[in-house]
Amino acid sequence: MDMLDWEVIKFSFFNADSLREIYPLLLSGWGMTIKLCLAVVPLGFLFGVFLATLHSFRVPGINGFLVVFVDFFRSIPPLVLLIYVTYGLPFFGWDVPPFAAVLVAFTFNSGSYYGEIVRAGIESIPAGQMEAARSTGLSRIQAMIYVILPQALRNVAPDLTSNTIELIKATSIASVVALPELLRMGRVAQGLVYNATPLIAVAAIYLLMLWPMVRLLSRLERRMMSAR
Amino acid sequence: MAHAHDIASKFVVEAYDIHKSFGDFEALKGVNLTVAPQELVFIIGPSGSGKSTMLRCCNLLEQPSRGQVKITGEEITSRGVDINEVRQRIGMVFQQFNLYPHMSALGNVSLALRKVKKMARSEAEDRAHAALKRVGLADKAGNHPTELSGGQQQRVAIARAIAMEPDVILFDEPTSALDPELVGSVLEVMRELRESGMTMVVVSHEMRFARDAADRVIFMDGGLIVEEGTPERIFTDPRSDRLKSFLHSVTGH
Amino acid sequence: MERFLDQFFNLEVMARYLPDVAAGFVVTIQLALSVIVTGLLLGLLLAVIRAFQIRPVNWLIILFVDLYRALPPLVILIIFYFGLPFIGITMSAFVIAWIVLASVLAAFAEEIYWAGITSVNKGQWEAARSTGLGFTGTLFYVVIPQAIRMTIPPLTNRTIAITKNTALASVVTVEEMLTVAQTSLAYAANTSPLTMAAIGYLLIFFPLTMASRWVETRYAWKR
Repeated sequence: MDMLDWEVIKFSFFNADSLREIYPLLLSGWGMTIKLCLAVVPLGFLFGVFLATLHSFRVPGINGFLVVFVDFFRSIPPLVLLIYVTYGLPFFGWDVPPFAAVLVAFTFNSGSYYGEIVRAGIESIPAGQMEAARSTGLSRIQAMIYVILPQALRNVAPDLTSNTIELIKATSIASVVALPELLRMGRVAQGLVYNATPLIAVAAIYLLMLWPMVRLLSRLERRMMSAR
Repeated sequence: MAHAHDIASKFVVEAYDIHKSFGDFEALKGVNLTVAPQELVFIIGPSGSGKSTMLRCCNLLEQPSRGQVKITGEEITSRGVDINEVRQRIGMVFQQFNLYPHMSALGNVSLALRKVKKMARSEAEDRAHAALKRVGLADKAGNHPTELSGGQQQRVAIARAIAMEPDVILFDEPTSALDPELVGSVLEVMRELRESGMTMVVVSHEMRFARDAADRVIFMDGGLIVEEGTPERIFTDPRSDRLKSFLHSVTGH
Repeated sequence: MERFLDQFFNLEVMARYLPDVAAGFVVTIQLALSVIVTGLLLGLLLAVIRAFQIRPVNWLIILFVDLYRALPPLVILIIFYFGLPFIGITMSAFVIAWIVLASVLAAFAEEIYWAGITSVNKGQWEAARSTGLGFTGTLFYVVIPQAIRMTIPPLTNRTIAITKNTALASVVTVEEMLTVAQTSLAYAANTSPLTMAAIGYLLIFFPLTMASRWVETRYAWKR
C-alpha cells in the first residue's frame, strides 16, 4: 500500500525543497502571530483583571451583570464572535481591519476567561489582608494593586499560564478571517507547493513556541499540588 | 486651613450610641466609648459579646448601623469624610497578624508610608527601620512573614501600625493566635508603647496584662457595656452576675 | 437602530434560513456529543494505563498529551483534513473533526484525571492494599471514585471550552451550524443567519457555563 511508502510520506509532509521555497512566507506569518499575541495577551489579561477587580468590589447591581457578561463570552465560540465582528460590521459601512477585529473578539473572549481565573485568585486571599491594608489608610484600589493582586495572581499562576497557552493557540483562528498570521500563511504556502509540508512546518513552529510553556505549566501544577 | 482634628479635643476616640446589626443579629445595641489621650482602655467579655465589632467600628472596618464616631474631635461617620485619610491616624493590630506574605517585614511596614503618606522610598524605609527597631526586630527587616515566628509577625504588625504615627492604636485580640511562650514578647512591646504615651484600645483575654497596664477596663456582654471601671475595681469588686461568672470562667476560680 | 435590527435581527431572513440553521444545529449537537463521550472515555483510559507506570508507555502518553496541549486544534484539524489525502487516506470531514476534537479533549482529560489520581492520599492506597485489595481493585474501587469527584469542576470547564471548538469544523466544511450560517449570510447579504447561529451556541453553552459555576462550588477542590 502506497500510504505506508516512506518516499510518499517524505514528499508530502517533509519536503525540503518545498520548505526552501516557502519559508519566507512562514516567517512573515510567524511574525504576525507574535505581534498578535503581544497585543492580545496583555489586553485580555488586563481586561480580566479589570473584570475581577470590579467583581470583588461587590457594587450592588454590577455583579449580576458581570456574571452574565462573562458567561456570554465564555459561551460563544471565539470563531463565531470573530466572524460576527469581521463580516457583520462591514454591512454598516464600518470597515474593520482584520487585526482590529481579532483584537476586539479575543480581548472580550480571553478577558472573560482571565477574569474568572483572577476572581478565583482574589477570593483565595483571606479577608484580613484587605482589612489590614485598609486599616493603614490604603484605598480599595491601592490595597488591590499592592496587597491583594500580587498574592492572588501568584496563587493562580498555573491557570493563568494555561489560559495564555490556550489564547496563543486560539489566535490561529484569525487565519479564517484572512489575517496573514502563521496558519494563514501556511495554507497560502500549501496552495503554492501543493503538499502538506508547510502545514507540518506551521505545527513545528507552534510546538517550538508552546511546548516549553506546556512543560513549564506541568511543573507549576505539580508544585502547586505538593504545596497544598 | 486648620483640619478638624487640629482642634484640641478632650478625647482621641469618641463613639456614641453605636448600633451594629448583621442581618437579624444585633451585635451592638447602643455602646458609648470615649478614650482620652494616652489612655489604655481594655475591653473584655465573652466571645460574641460584640467587643471586636465595637473595635472595628472605631476605624469603620465595620460601618455602624447607627451612631457617631469621632477621632480627635472629627466626626468620621458623617458623609464625605475621606476614610483613608482618617485611618492613617488609627492604627490597627489584628488577631491573625494579617501581614502581607509577599513582602518582607520592611515592605509590610513601609507600604502605607509610601502609598498613603506618599513618602519617598528611602524616607519610608528609614522610618520603617526605626519602627522595626522599636519592636525589637531591627535584624528581621529583610525576612518574609513565613520566616518569622508568630510573636515576631505580630510585632511586625505593630511596627506597621506605629510607623504611621497614629493618634490611637486598636488591638484586636493581639495574642490570641500565639503559642503561650510567644505572648510575652508582644505584651512587652505593648507595655513599652503604653509607657511612651500611645493611646490604645485593647480587646484581649490577657487579664493579668489588663490588671497592671490598663487605665480602665470595660466589660461587654450581649452587645452592651455591662460594667466599666479601674482594673482594681473590675477585678476585685465585680458587681454584676455576668461579670462575676465571666471572671470565674476565665480565671478558673 | 432600524438599520441595525434589519442587518442583525431581520426576522424575514431568519425565518427563511431557520430550517437550514436548525439542521446545522443538529449536526453541531451530534458532533459535540460524539466528541464529549469518546474524548472523556479515551482520556480516562489513558489515565488508567498511566497509573500502571510502564515507563515507555507513559512517555508515549505524555508525548500525546503534550502535543495536543501545545498545538492549536485548528492546525491539527487542517493537517488531518488537507494532509491525509496526500497519502491516500480519505475520511469524511465530520469523522476527522470528531477524531481531532475527541483527541484534544482526551489529552486534557487525561491530565485532569491523572492529577486527580495522584492527589488521592497515599494512605488510601496503603489502607486498601492492607485489606488485600490488589492494585487494580484499589485503583477502581478506592482511588478513581475519589479522583473523579475532584476532577469534576476542571473537567466540566475544559469540556465546555473544547466542545465550543466544534465551530472550527466549519473550516473543513462540516455542515455544522457555523458553516450553514456563513453560507446563508453570503446568500442573504445579511448578518441575521449568523445571529441565529450565535443564539444557537448560546442555547447550548450558556446553560452549561452557568451550570459549571454551580459545579465549581458544589465539588470545589478541597484545599
